[in-house]
Amino acid sequence: MDLATLIFWIFAVILVGAALAVVGLRNIVHSALALVVVFAMAAGIYVLLNAEFIAIVQILIYAGAVTILILFALMLTRIGGQARTNPTNRLWGIAVVICALVGATIVYAAAYSPRAVANVGNGAGQLPPGINNVVAIGQLLYSPTTYSYVLPFEVASLVLLVAIVGAIVIGRED
Amino acid sequence: MLTLNHFLVLGAILFCIGLYGAISKRNAIAVLMGIEIMLNAVNITMVGFSFFDQVRPYSTHLTGQIFAIFIITVAAAEAAVALAMIIAIYRKRDTVDVGEIDMMKW
Repeated sequence: MDLATLIFWIFAVILVGAALAVVGLRNIVHSALALVVVFAMAAGIYVLLNAEFIAIVQILIYAGAVTILILFALMLTRIGGQARTNPTNRLWGIAVVICALVGATIVYAAAYSPRAVANVGNGAGQLPPGINNVVAIGQLLYSPTTYSYVLPFEVASLVLLVAIVGAIVIGRED
Repeated sequence: MLTLNHFLVLGAILFCIGLYGAISKRNAIAVLMGIEIMLNAVNITMVGFSFFDQVRPYSTHLTGQIFAIFIITVAAAEAAVALAMIIAIYRKRDTVDVGEIDMMKW
């Protein structure tokens, strides 16, 4: 077992354990804190996959912004006098069965499908020499002359603007 | 030796845990946390495909990572709107239990 595989297993085990804690813990504040661990371990997985920019964005946006947002929402919607603030509904057994079936289907499709992609090689040589991951993504997002994603990028900024204005309008006291 | 299947199976397990949280929780914020876990699982799958892809135009253009960036953007917008809605509903109905929020029922 080489070093990358060992690190992958450490990250994966902590990731799945923290995700189970998010859905399993009784106190929802503890769930929100376990969610931070999920996001941080996912960032570790991205570093393992040579995606440094996405790892940094994951830490900034998910572990920073989204978690703070969720904690603020929890603070503003406190359920008073309840020991179990994160209850499940009556159909959780059916939910377990559905999730197991979906997971088994995905794993079956990934492993045995005749259309499964080739499971060999890695992207170590995919970037030209001297260009690191952040430079490559910057060129792909911003350069208007070559092959790039300028238009989707602008549409995404519009989506963010509309969403933030909508959030302010919906959440405003009247 | 790491293979693509490691990351696909990890993404599938994480997706299922998030799906369980999204459909079995009664607190609306817990449902949102489940959805965030599902989006993260999809991102891991996307970045994994980007790393292991042998198809030349896709791997040189980092298509999977670009998709992951847009998913993160939309997820942040979705979290902001959803939490604003949850807070507005809490102010109106004094509950965040998705079983009791039935304003659209007549």
